[in-house]
Parts: sequence; structure tokens; C-alpha cells
Amino acid sequence: MTPLLRISDLTVDFELGHQTAHAVRGVSLDIAEGETLAVVGESGSGKTVTALSILQLNPVPPCVYRSGSITFDGRELLSLGQRGLRSVRGDQIAMIFQDPMTSLNPLKKVGIQIGEALRLHRGTSRRDGRPAVIEALAEAGVPRPEQRADQYPHELSGGLRQRVMIAMALVTRPRLLIADEPTTALDVTVQAQILELLVDLQQRHHMAILLITHDFGVVADVADRVTVMKSGEVVEESDVGPIFAAPGHDYTRRLHAATPRLAPAATTEVDG
Amino acid sequence: MATVSITTTADGDSTTTTRRTGHSAWRALRRNRWGMAALSFLGLVVIAALLAPMLAPHDPQTQDLLGRLAPPFWDADGSAAHLLGTDHLGRDVLSRLIYGSRVSLLVGVCAALLAGVLGATVGLVAGYYGGWADRILMRLADVQLAFPSILLALAVVAFLGNGLWIVIIVLGITGWVAYARVVRSEVLSLKTREFVTEARAIGVGDRTIITRHLLRNVTAPIATIGTLQVASVIVAESALSFLGLGVPASVPTWGSMLADGQLYLGTSWWIAVFPGLALMLTSLSINITGDAIRDATDPKAYRG
Amino acid sequence: MTDRRRAVLRSAGSKTLSALIVLYLAATVAFLLVRISGDPLAMLLPPDATQEQSDEMAATLGLDQPLIVQYLDYLGGLVRLDLGDSIFYGEPVSSVIADRLPATALLAVTAMAIALLIAVPAGIFSAMHRGKAGDKGIITVILIGQSTPAFWVGILLVLIFAVQLQVLPAAGYGSVQNLVLPAVTLAVYSVAVIARLLRSSLIDVLSSDYMRTATAKGYGPTRAVLSHGLRNASLPVITVVGLETGSLLGGAILTEQVFGWPGLGRLTVEAISNRDLPLVQGTILLFAAIFVVINLVVDLSYSALDPRVRLEK
Repeated sequence: MTPLLRISDLTVDFELGHQTAHAVRGVSLDIAEGETLAVVGESGSGKTVTALSILQLNPVPPCVYRSGSITFDGRELLSLGQRGLRSVRGDQIAMIFQDPMTSLNPLKKVGIQIGEALRLHRGTSRRDGRPAVIEALAEAGVPRPEQRADQYPHELSGGLRQRVMIAMALVTRPRLLIADEPTTALDVTVQAQILELLVDLQQRHHMAILLITHDFGVVADVADRVTVMKSGEVVEESDVGPIFAAPGHDYTRRLHAATPRLAPAATTEVDG
Repeated sequence: MATVSITTTADGDSTTTTRRTGHSAWRALRRNRWGMAALSFLGLVVIAALLAPMLAPHDPQTQDLLGRLAPPFWDADGSAAHLLGTDHLGRDVLSRLIYGSRVSLLVGVCAALLAGVLGATVGLVAGYYGGWADRILMRLADVQLAFPSILLALAVVAFLGNGLWIVIIVLGITGWVAYARVVRSEVLSLKTREFVTEARAIGVGDRTIITRHLLRNVTAPIATIGTLQVASVIVAESALSFLGLGVPASVPTWGSMLADGQLYLGTSWWIAVFPGLALMLTSLSINITGDAIRDATDPKAYRG
Repeated sequence: MTDRRRAVLRSAGSKTLSALIVLYLAATVAFLLVRISGDPLAMLLPPDATQEQSDEMAATLGLDQPLIVQYLDYLGGLVRLDLGDSIFYGEPVSSVIADRLPATALLAVTAMAIALLIAVPAGIFSAMHRGKAGDKGIITVILIGQSTPAFWVGILLVLIFAVQLQVLPAAGYGSVQNLVLPAVTLAVYSVAVIARLLRSSLIDVLSSDYMRTATAKGYGPTRAVLSHGLRNASLPVITVVGLETGSLLGGAILTEQVFGWPGLGRLTVEAISNRDLPLVQGTILLFAAIFVVINLVVDLSYSALDPRVRLEK
């Protein structure tokens, strides 16, 4: 079966003046329909650049997509061109970002920002799109969605803002959701709720998720498979069970050990 | 890049910060082709001003009513005696242009310095002491901004008379707000830095802190504003002269030449065009230089 | 909701109050300004005037009163919008000003419209093509525009369009043709200021996370700027443009002089040459008032443009 998304041998450089930083070096990974793949690594490991490369959201310049291929549903994204990319962005593939504080436009009501993807991709007017916006907010676990839709980002808490971002991504029913460190900027208690929400939504809509994180604790609860990155390369990939039982790569082991928040009791229960 | 060294020393020892700032500003300027062209032109203007009696082919005030409105030398009716032609009173345009640079530079530099001293003092006091002093001084800045500086200068010159020093003082006094605002905000952020809090903790006096530590760290923004201010003062002075309310009419200035020339635009364009070009190029060159200094000293302002 | 409305009202109230304080101080400065010259009578009267004439003049102008009384009279007049009588015109200052105000308003509004029409697209284009040839060209034009005094721009335009091409009149008032050159002259500086500020502000906005979100949603670059970037980028621009009102008014004085435009600027210059103290005082105060009011409007419109401001203070 062909995977929903296949990245093969992707190389991405950042050209800063005379220097070139090789941010991603020959990365390959697959995500099947309805599957959750976690890409784990430290900051600077190239995981976020890889994620942003799928929809080509890295700033150009300095970013250069050097070589490799990214196919989505059999279509090559890297050679799609701006118009083609635009039709995929926010429609079939949606994305949520690390910092919900800065990722929302401070001057627009959140409901309007959520409805924009519908207008862009379905031609739905603001008024006609409203029920879908409310529904997406409700699905993202936002209480009193009719009222929240008319509020501005600064009137919402961090957790609610990330739920708004999720609603924004969900509203077009994408087949793939890319979540770049979706919980890093949030309080610990809120983190768990957001992860739970993602798992729940995935099961309901049979949506694939590419989860970018530095936190192994997140991986265990959510992912089906794990890819570990370091210095722009994939160092290990595996199903989620084995990687916890017996990390193959020394780096994975260290990353794993460096995750104190991972409750040991919970993991052993899963394993046992 | 030259800016990087500034970023890394921004919170270090105050003396190195200042020294490197000046050094890299110069290096960045040298690499900038426009910057060098601008600086060269300014050099010419300075030389013209300093050596005016030697360089000017004629006395700028000598009238020659028979030879009035003579065109520049390349025109069929022009002559090599008056390279840029003569004005409506037969005075040599080139000589007046050369002498005009004296007033422009003198007023520009002196007024900008005066504004800088006033503004920096206000900014340091307001920023360092805060509280009521700050509130009153900044409200004063609001009031000052509410008057177009040219209008204020016009009124003062009209009522106090139009001496050279009165023009300098008026333009100097109207220009302090920009310095004060920037210095104040710099001082507000410097005040909380370690080297200042430490100096305070070991009992260093306010005056020493202000002159030794704060003043040195605000020289870069002061230099940038000061440079730009010279250009705007030169323009303001020529505006006053253009309106006939600047320095006394016995002194040739670019602004008064423009005013004379405007009346003869239909027949003798050169009377207005040469001083206009001189004024524009001088102001442009100063602005280019100022921008280059800012780009080299303020990493945040660097915008390619 | 009511809390928010109350907060809005409170902040509007405090802004209005501080605008009034600035205005009061400006009135005081205007009052002092025309009196620092020592003896205004000496300037107004012919040198051979008798003591009697001098006393009479002093009495009509109220200059025989102690300074504090003059000041209180003056402030009392201001409250009733009574600025005294012009010496030269022999009419109330307020009506002389009212006669000239429309010409200046027409000039300034047209110039602002021209400036926005040119500067906004130029600033957007420049920011979106940062570092490329078009951007560099625009930056150069901006720098030249900022360095060129209004009266020189005006003279240059007259030379080109009135003297050489003979397509537009060099001076005059009353028709659209008459408006073109003065309005363009006055617009040049504002174009430069607005385009430069918008460019640098938009460059900041373009690298913001919410612009990336907009792109991820499927917006193209231009539509993303128009629906998400422009309003955010315009906030700092509006503030500075408000503060630049003074330069715009100063430019208007010079532009009116170049083109013989019968507005407030020329009135002011005339009043100064005529030593028309009450009129000078009145025009200076009016310019300050225009500045203060425009900046108050800017402050207040902020809360309409930026929802975050409503809850602050």
C-alpha cells in the first residue's frame, strides 16, 4: 500500500551569506493513512525544518530545497509550484504550530480566522461557513464555541488558543495534520489535554498526524511509530513499543533518559 | 557582518562597546559605495565652505547690472567668466553657491550640536531619575512637537530679528525632542543593566554613573540622530531664508538664492536650479551617511 | 462587555485630558512667543509716533495691562474661541483664519490622499521584494524624497510642468489644474515617510508566526499581506504619521508660499511680516491645535484598529 505521505532522501540547506547550513540531510519517512508518526529530536536536529518542508513554509531565502522528494497521495509536492501548493495547504494538509500566542493574528476574531480556510478552498462565504466554524471549535473542545468565535486571540488562554489553532486546521477535514511541537508552549496540565484531543480527533476522522516533538513522554501516549532525528539525519525509526523497550540507537537512549517527565509507572504498565 | 560584533558586546563593558561601534561604523561605511559617494560630496561642501574666499571666482555680492541673467558657460550666450551664470543683479551664481555652503554648514552643525546637548541632557535626566522630572520633561516634548519647527522658528526670528546666531539657537532649540526621546528610552533599559546597578550598589554617585556609564552607551544613537539632524537643520535654515526670514539678506544662502531664482524661472532657470541641487545633494548625502552609521551601530535597524 | 466599554471610555477620557493639557501649554507658549520680543508696540508703530498714539495702540491691544491680566484675558478669550482682532485686517482673527482654512484643508487632504495612494503600494511592494532590484529602487527614491525640501520640489515641478512643458499653471487657486502641482509638492515628503515606515513595519510582520499560519492555510503572498499583514503593519505607521503632522504643516507653509496658495501658511507668513501679533498668535495656536487633535484622533482610532488596546490602562 502506498503511504499517504512519503518523504525520501530530502536535503534542505540554509544559505546564510557565504555559509551553508545543512539543516536536513537525506531524510526519509512514510506516514500511512490514519497513522501517527512522531518525529523526535533536540532543537537543531532538523525535525521542524523537515515538517515545514512538506508545505514549503520555511522562509525562502535563506532556505533551499536541495534534493529529494515529498509525495502526498502520489503527487510530488516539491515540484508542485506555488498555485498547486496553495491548493494543498490548509485543505488536504493542515498544520499547527508551537506557539499559539503568536500564531494567531491578534487583530482578527478567531472565528473569522478559522473560517478563512473554508473561504479559500471551498469558496464558502463568511456567513455560510459559520456553522462549520462553530462545529470545529466544539470538536476542538472549546466550551461555548458561539461566543468564543467572536473573541480575539488575546482574550483566550494559551490552551484555548491552541484549541483554536486545532479547530482552524480541522475545519477543512484534512487528511494529514502536521503538529509542530503543539504542546511545548503550554502548561503541563494543558499539554495532556491537547494530546488527548489530538488522539481523539484522529480516531474520529481517520486523519494522519505527523507529530514533531522533543519530548519522549509525549510519544508514548500518542504515536504509532517514532522517527528519531539528530543533526539533520534520521538515526532510528521503529514502532512505538520496541523503541521504549529497547532503544536501538545510543542517541535515542540518551534522549529517552533525558525525559524526566515521562512517568515510569505508566510506561511499565503499557509494557507489562 | 559588521553588525554581529555589536550584538555580542551589547551587554558588555561600556568602553569596548563605544569603541567598536565607531570602528565598525567606519568599516561598514567604507564598504558602502553610496556611503562613500555621499561622504566625498560632503567633503567637497566642507572644502568649499572653508576655502570660499580662495575658491570663489568673484565676490558673491558684487553686482553687475549690465551682465545680469547670464546663462552658464555651456550655453551659447554664456561665458567662462561666470561658469554657472549670473543672477538678476548680475552676481556670480557659482561664487554665491560656494559662499552659501558656509551658512548651511555653520547653521547645520551648530544647531544640531546645540539640539544634541539639550536633548541628551533632557533624555538622561528624564530616563535616569524618572518620576516627576520624567513626566514634566516628556510632556514638554509633546508640546514642542505640537508646533511645526519651521513655524516656531519663523515666529521667533520675526520677533527677535534675523541674526545668524538667532537662527542657530532657534533651530537648535526646536530640534531637541528626537534626541531626548531616544536617549531616554536607551537610559531606561541601561538603568536596569548589571553594570549600572552594581555601580549604584557600591555607592557610585549619580553624576559619575550618568557621565561615565550612561553617556558613553548612548553616543551611537546620538551620533545617528545628530547626523540626520544636520540635514534637517540645513533644510530648515534654507526654508527660513527662502521665506525671507532667515539670516540677513547681505549673506548669500542657498535658500535666498532659490527665492530669487523662483521669480526668474521662466527665463533664467540656473539661478534656482544650482542652489536647489546643492541643497538637495547635501541633505541627501548627510542622510545617506546617517543611515550608514545607524545600520552599522544598531543591529535592530539593519534592514539591508 | 460593559466593563470593556467603561475601560474604553476611561482611556479616551484620559487621552482627551492630556491632549487638553498639551493644548493649554501650547496656548501659553504662543502667548509668550509674541511677547518675548520686548516691546511689540515699537514694531507696530512708525518710528515718529507720538506717546499719545503709542498709548492708544497699547490700550486697543490691551498691552497696557499687567502681563498676568493679559494672559487671563487671552485664556478667557480662547475659551470663547475669541482670538482677538487682527491689526492688519481689522477683523476678528477667527474669521480671518476661517477664510483661509478651506484652501489649506483642500491642499493637505489632497496631498495626503496622493501620498497614501503612492506610498502604500510602494511600501508593500518593497517589503515583499526585500533586497531585490525593485526594493532598492524604491528605497533610493524614498531617500531622495526625504532629503528634498518642499520648496525645491515645488520650484522643480514649476520649472518642468509650467515653464518647459506648459501643461499646468505655476500659481493660482480655484481649479483642479491649480491644485495638482501644490498637492504633489506637499505629498512628496509624506510619500517618503509613509513608504519607508510601512516597508520596515511590514518586513517585521512578514516574518511573524501568524503570517506563516496564513500561508499554511492556503493564502498566496499578496492576499496574505492584504488580509493579515497590512493592518498589523499599519499600526506603528499611523502613530508616526500622526507625529509627522508638524512636518506636513511646515511643508504646507512653504508649498503655499511657492505657489501663491491662499491658505493658512501664507497667512502666517504675511502676519509675521506685518507684525500682526494677534493673528500670529492665532495661527500658531491653530497649527498646534491641528497637531494635537490629529494625534488625539490617532490615539483613539488605535482602539478601533487594535482590539488589544481596549483592555489596557
